[in-house]
Amino acid sequence: MAVSLKGKVAIPEDRFEMRLSGSGGQGMILASVIFAEAIGKTDKRNVVQTQSYGPEARGGASKSDVVISENEIYYPKAIKLDLLLTMTQESLDKYYADLKEGGTLIVDTSLVTEFPTDKYFGLPFTELAKKEAGHVMVANVIALAAIAELTGSVTREALTDAVLSRAPKGTEEKNKKAIEIGFAEAAKLKAKKG
Amino acid sequence: MADKERVLVMGNQACVLGAIYAGLRFFAGYPITPSTEVAEGCARELPKIGGRFIQMEDEIGSIAAVIGASVSGLKAMTATSGPGYSLMIENLGYAYMTETPLVVINVQRGGPSTGLPTKVSQSDTMQAKWGPHGDYTAITVAPSTIGETVTEVIRAFNLAERFRTPVTVLLDEVLGHSRQIITLPEPGEIEIFDRVKPTCSPEEFEAFAMTPNMVSPMPAYGEGYRYVCTGLTHDTKGFTTNKSEEIAPKMYKLRHKIIDYQDEIHKMRAEKMDDAEVAFISYGSVARAALQATDIVRKAGYKVGALQLQTIWPFPDEKLREMCGKCRAVVVAELNMGQIVHEVRRALPPDIEVHELQRYDGEILTPMQLVNKLEEVL
Repeated sequence: MAVSLKGKVAIPEDRFEMRLSGSGGQGMILASVIFAEAIGKTDKRNVVQTQSYGPEARGGASKSDVVISENEIYYPKAIKLDLLLTMTQESLDKYYADLKEGGTLIVDTSLVTEFPTDKYFGLPFTELAKKEAGHVMVANVIALAAIAELTGSVTREALTDAVLSRAPKGTEEKNKKAIEIGFAEAAKLKAKKG
Repeated sequence: MADKERVLVMGNQACVLGAIYAGLRFFAGYPITPSTEVAEGCARELPKIGGRFIQMEDEIGSIAAVIGASVSGLKAMTATSGPGYSLMIENLGYAYMTETPLVVINVQRGGPSTGLPTKVSQSDTMQAKWGPHGDYTAITVAPSTIGETVTEVIRAFNLAERFRTPVTVLLDEVLGHSRQIITLPEPGEIEIFDRVKPTCSPEEFEAFAMTPNMVSPMPAYGEGYRYVCTGLTHDTKGFTTNKSEEIAPKMYKLRHKIIDYQDEIHKMRAEKMDDAEVAFISYGSVARAALQATDIVRKAGYKVGALQLQTIWPFPDEKLREMCGKCRAVVVAELNMGQIVHEVRRALPPDIEVHELQRYDGEILTPMQLVNKLEEVL
């Protein structure tokens, strides 16, 4: 017997799926761990975080998925993304196809120059980290704060808590600054897009 | 009652939490991706509770140290991945022969050889059963979520202590490296089994004495009970033997102390199996893809269910037959080139079709791959 399930089965709707992607060393996996922790501090939703990276410490593609649901989360990785953050051209090219129609695309415009769509939120996370926050290292935290502002899925307080509990000693101020920049820049962008 | 604290825990950390809950006091290991966080967690946590962590020179030394610690009376564990598991195999055989309780966590990555350090696989399934040479009966459990990793590691320790035998916990890279918000079991919530100790005098003591359930009481070294602990086939006192009438009972004991009590060991999660015509059979991370696929096709009106093997070895022949009794077909999904599927074929009656779905490119099977496979089966 053979049947066609095309058109009969639908991807599950009870999951919010996001992917943070970039190059090894940009802190995408850490950022997703922080975000998952912040969800836990915000409310009682279920959260699963997974990661995928190469054997090298820096460079190579790196991605991390966060799945959020009111229900039991069966499959731990993303099936079809509601939100995609790409910090490099390579990750945008690789993962754009996994984004749902109408999903949110957030791009680091300091490193990405070619876009498959004009529907995206672009912020120069890496530039902002270097010039405004004082260190390139916090680009991931600026991006997290921007995601928090754009999606409303975690509170600012929970995100700050989660970031500071993971931040190495001596980097607290830079991280707080990064959170401020992320929320402010994303709010501006949201206002502009209406 | 106050709500339990919700914590974000990684699969590898869940091993540490479960092990310490079960009474772990000694860990020896050698770091290897994707299992390293188990060693890191033990290095951090064990000293706080009077336990010991040792990083050994390699995996051979690691399991040797774990055997020594267990024989000395401590609950002991090591963690590794395929290449390290291969190195441990010889001493694992020694642990089966000397009936030494211990737990080995194998967070599977791609192989053979050094293979794929950061990529997922389930290709050590058969190695967990037949790693060392010789006849023995292996116990292997395989969790699929973070919460289940805590409870399955506790169960692994309980089984090791109950049956005086090594237990392998098979994780995989996706599970070891994923995180989930969970609540932890309270102290006392899960029963902990400790090895039975001898009550006779040291003079009367026989280390490998036949008992009604075939498990011999085990003293700790230094408690006054003297015996020989050797990998050579031995009599009830532990002395090397070449006598057929002593060899056969030892071999019988090694197998039957486990196989005669396998009902205590088997564990399976069944979802939507009551009226299922087709069932997914899987374990580890793949079970989560199967549950998702089941949910997806159920919503489209198809009678599909999912069976997750939480105990892999000894293989649950009878229980599987019982659970699949009403099924017309099963789909066995795993991240290897076909290992557990042969056990399923052997266990199920010939009128149930056995379909197989495998992935061995370093990625996990997706729910849609499982759904698409059903097009051939439904």
